[in-house]
Amino acid sequence: MVKYIVKRVLYSALILLIVSMLLYLLVRCLPIDYVENKFLAQTNAGQISPEELNRIKALYGLEDSSFWGICRGYWKWLTAVFHGDLGTSFKYNMPVTEAISRHMWVSFGIALAAFILQYAISIPLGIKAATNQYGVVDYVTTVFAMIGISFPSFFIAILLIKVFSIDLGWFPMQGLQDANFTGTGIELLFNQLWHIILPMLAITIVSIGGLMRHTRTNTLEVLNQDYIRTARAKGLSERTVIYKHVFRNTMVPIVTMMAGVIPSLFGGMMILEQVFSLPGIGQMAYGALKEGDIPFIMGYNMFIAILTVIGTLLSDITYMIVDPRIKITK
Amino acid sequence: MEEFEEIIPERAPDEPELPEGQPETPAEDSIADRVRIISPTRLVLKRFFRSKLSIVGLCMFLFLLLFSFLGPLFVPWSETEVDRTGGETVYNILPVEVKVGDEKFTVYTVEVYTPTINVHADPFTYSHEGENSRLHLFGTDENGRDTFVRLMYGGRMSMMLSFLVVLIYTLIGVVLGGLAGYFGKWVDMIIMRIVDILNCIPSLPILLIVGAILDGAGVDQSVRIYYMLGFLALLSWTGIARLVRGQILFLREQEYIVAAEALGMSPMRKIFHHLVPNVMPQLIVSMTLGLGSIILYEASLSFLGLGVPISMASWGQMVQRATQNTEILQYYTMEWLPAGILIVLAVLSFNFIGDGLRDALDPKMKR
Repeated sequence: MVKYIVKRVLYSALILLIVSMLLYLLVRCLPIDYVENKFLAQTNAGQISPEELNRIKALYGLEDSSFWGICRGYWKWLTAVFHGDLGTSFKYNMPVTEAISRHMWVSFGIALAAFILQYAISIPLGIKAATNQYGVVDYVTTVFAMIGISFPSFFIAILLIKVFSIDLGWFPMQGLQDANFTGTGIELLFNQLWHIILPMLAITIVSIGGLMRHTRTNTLEVLNQDYIRTARAKGLSERTVIYKHVFRNTMVPIVTMMAGVIPSLFGGMMILEQVFSLPGIGQMAYGALKEGDIPFIMGYNMFIAILTVIGTLLSDITYMIVDPRIKITK
Repeated sequence: MEEFEEIIPERAPDEPELPEGQPETPAEDSIADRVRIISPTRLVLKRFFRSKLSIVGLCMFLFLLLFSFLGPLFVPWSETEVDRTGGETVYNILPVEVKVGDEKFTVYTVEVYTPTINVHADPFTYSHEGENSRLHLFGTDENGRDTFVRLMYGGRMSMMLSFLVVLIYTLIGVVLGGLAGYFGKWVDMIIMRIVDILNCIPSLPILLIVGAILDGAGVDQSVRIYYMLGFLALLSWTGIARLVRGQILFLREQEYIVAAEALGMSPMRKIFHHLVPNVMPQLIVSMTLGLGSIILYEASLSFLGLGVPISMASWGQMVQRATQNTEILQYYTMEWLPAGILIVLAVLSFNFIGDGLRDALDPKMKR
């Protein structure tokens, strides 16, 4: 087991290295030059000479855009990363690690709330649908689940804003708290909760269907197993069969799925944060991408890549822990 | 040869069952006459059409297809045509109080204003052309273009792009997955490592970067979306490759492949003639579901301003205007709501069809 995990971790590190190379190459091809744009006025006024500009760029390893220059820049970036330094974001004017860790929690809070809501609704419904296969409940939940999956996230967000904040006026349109809100402690918390209800709903609606369908399929599979027939044959009540025997076995793939959502929990939602103008990490990344803030783009994309790797690794490991039948080959 | 042609139709399993009690079927005939033989294709079709949801999905898909490809023929507007016949004349009455000596008068000034372009026309209104006014079924947008016809052109865009992208990435996935599964060893190793790497790359940020790079390279805005979705295809083949590889690893051990081996067939023939057709059911399902997700992707890209240029229509872009302009969001619902609904309908129809196909193609299904 330990050997397997070590092997997987080493292997993941190699993948991340290659991913970072590809990303760096792509990012350096960006035609937007933040440094040049920033000092455009000064260069035009003659206050900064091109040599000085180049010296500023050289600080970040960005002075040379030829292939070898990019390779040197990458090497510089990589060695800094190994020293625990992801560089300083141009746009946000602080170390990338700090920028990410400071704004990550907004996205995380909303995603976590949505995640809990989603599991709380979809697992019971999925099991219910499976036990009443082809019944009314099954059809209704299937149809609603499918409609949910089919919504583009921005459209559901706009619909929610239109209905609940413009027409009904129940919830605020955007932002994380009222613009002139000064309260602290509990008051602040409630104010923020008030603001994240719509984004949370939007995430839940678009992702609930997938989980529910997954639960339904798994439950159906478990229901066809021999041990369920045995449980019924020995006279257990349907309740016990479903909630004790079926439920536990259904949970196996679902628990492992939980680890797989790590990237979406921490990584932010670029589009939804845009629509609701939430100061989460997704919106920061979008801003950085628009303005060519290379250190931040690299930091953010690597952050997502690392989360993805950790997610897959964790879900494989939990799978082995939860289901002892799985054996490691090789 | 001629004999064959005569015999085959008689024995074809597709032949519909003879009505019972027909004189030419003797009663002592074998069981084969009483048992209805259905070809696998017909069985799948039968199962598919038994599910109401798949019929609904198919109908929605046909409707959208007709709507977006034949629809523009019946609408008197074209995609980029601006209604320049002037909007509703606005009369603003401004009362002004004037004091003359001790007496107060109220003077009403009437402002008459007729805009040259018919912007934000209400649904079911006509252009102001006198005799041959043309109908704006869903009104016009802020540039005076007919919303209804733009929905159709947006549909063309979405459908065509999604079909293209899915086709491309399925092809890549089948070829690479097939090679990986069949040859194993280092071929498998390399291809699966590429899959792992691509899985780690966040696709939306990458597409944003690619969009910016394309802009910088001076690619025309109207073709940029093709390049971007081409790039998306290069990122999305991994799922298909995994599926094909897994299936082929399993099928490779089957007897008929051993037989093919014994016959000395070339690997290419074995892979693409004997192995891949057996993966087809799963492939078709995942392609149908993929169509929906590509439509969502295209809409998201349009939403982020990386889709087609503003003059061309696209569903995602029509919805996006509502987020940029609160006025549109608030007062001109007909300019963005139908576009959003059509996106949902398109994706939903593919999801329904895909789900129906999955159930129909699954031999383990009892019903």
